[in-house]
Amino acid sequence: MALPGSRGIGRRLVIAVPFLWLLLLFLVPFVIVLKISLSQDVIAQPPYTPLLDLSQGWAGLKAFVSQLNFDNYGYVLDFNNEFINAYGSSLIIAGISTLLLLLVGYPIAYAMARAPKSIQPTLVMMVILPFWTSFLIRVYAWIGILSQDGLLNQALTALGLIDTPLEILNTDLAVYIGIVYSYLPFMVLPLYSALEKLDGTLLEAAEDLGCPPIKAFWLVTFPLSLPGVAAGALLCFIPAVGEFVIPDLLGGSDTLMIGKSLWTEFTVNRSWTASSAVAVLLLIVLVVPIVIYQNIQARQLEAGK
Amino acid sequence: MNRGPTWFNVTSLVLGFAFLYIPILLLIIYSFNGSRLVTIWGGFSTEWYVALVNDDQLLDAVWVTLRVAALSSAVATVLGTMAALALTRYGRFTGRSLFSGMTYAPLVMPEVITGLSLLLLFVAIGFERGYWTIVLAHTTFTMCFVAVVVQSRLVTFDRSLEEAALDLGCSPAKTFFIITLPLILPAVVSGFMLAFTLSMDDLVIASFTTGPGATTLPMRIYSQVRMGVTPEINAICTVMIGFIAIIVLIASIATKHQETVRRREEQAAAR
Repeated sequence: MALPGSRGIGRRLVIAVPFLWLLLLFLVPFVIVLKISLSQDVIAQPPYTPLLDLSQGWAGLKAFVSQLNFDNYGYVLDFNNEFINAYGSSLIIAGISTLLLLLVGYPIAYAMARAPKSIQPTLVMMVILPFWTSFLIRVYAWIGILSQDGLLNQALTALGLIDTPLEILNTDLAVYIGIVYSYLPFMVLPLYSALEKLDGTLLEAAEDLGCPPIKAFWLVTFPLSLPGVAAGALLCFIPAVGEFVIPDLLGGSDTLMIGKSLWTEFTVNRSWTASSAVAVLLLIVLVVPIVIYQNIQARQLEAGK
Repeated sequence: MNRGPTWFNVTSLVLGFAFLYIPILLLIIYSFNGSRLVTIWGGFSTEWYVALVNDDQLLDAVWVTLRVAALSSAVATVLGTMAALALTRYGRFTGRSLFSGMTYAPLVMPEVITGLSLLLLFVAIGFERGYWTIVLAHTTFTMCFVAVVVQSRLVTFDRSLEEAALDLGCSPAKTFFIITLPLILPAVVSGFMLAFTLSMDDLVIASFTTGPGATTLPMRIYSQVRMGVTPEINAICTVMIGFIAIIVLIASIATKHQETVRRREEQAAAR
């Protein structure tokens, strides 16, 4: 329902200002990325051609279209250049991390939802609090823990569990630990809000009818928490696919992730056109999960849950 | 749901919170390490904090970061609140689904894509890169977080007070400022804080959109971390954690106070 009498200039302004802002600084940049991904590298500033010259009108547009080329996509999709492998391994790493996040996050969210009502806000606060400390700092903290002479190896050696230090830093394992650690609040909170709403009488009914608790969990609790599972999984999976900082700081030189490849292509190889093509293809890979996530988000917010 | 602590629930919480907090605690402890080797304890010392205060480049980066965060989160709060109002209050309008798509997409968009696309925009329009481009970039991605936080408050909002004000002849704009805004203020404030910390925290988008002369603190920390782990970085991190902890503490006390006041007023109004 619209505010009565709000069909005036105020309403139009409230819609138009953020709309235009996002249009100019979110949508238009993507169009530019798409355009540059179809251009050629040149040594100039900006380092790509063709440039769209609208002052020449229709002829300028025609000249522009005729110069578009798909070489960058050929370069990115060439098996020799490892981009394909990077897309694949990003999806795998993000997928496995999301599963691990579910395994770690679900028991925490479940226990939070079953804790006494009075301490639940405190528990929620405690999950959110690490998120407020810098992401970079949280990733950095793990370097000191996981390195060869790091705290984990020191502790394990002192306990006599290992003789030679484990090599964890600069491996894929470290990337998994880093992703699970940094994204945990994003998994726990949607799960918690789904589990917290669960109607306790359903479980009582199951118990009264002789259903053992574990079976009741799989038949009642888990299916009802699926919206939370979906929201949490997408909220972790999508950004994890394009993650740059974690594989760069914790992963090894052989850890392939597309966010890192894009960064390297841009900063080291200085090819703006190829990195644009990498970005466009990454977006194509992610468009389905992003749309599903948006629908969940919009439905949840507009249903007033 | 059934209440009551079972051994399983207690263990999950203890292990979960241990996992979340131990790395941060270790980081803080080792910032007071007397040895240059980060992982070997060399006695208690505050020398790294002294070194911080004398590091001009670092203080410069802190200053840039705070200025970017303050300005971008202020603008993002206004824009995000407007977007939330548009999405919850104004029903259907042309381009609504595009608008809501653009509001939710940046929440999950990989940072490398957002950063690259904004950089290419700034280059294409010939905008000189530096402080202002980081502010624009941060405003854009943080306003979406503000919009979601404010929107979740607006949908659970009791409209009768607003309607009463409008029925009594109050203009929509005035109604917003004297009725709606005070009621959604806690959400607006937490949206602002979220925007502020996200901006302070961002490395990737800032690295893409910055120009010469504007180095933010995360960029500075990142380039030092790449050269190796030093206790000095632990000290910077500890200061940042302390700073954020104080803000969060103040904010949670303020929100609690606001909530109590609001509840009391609502009860009084209901009587």
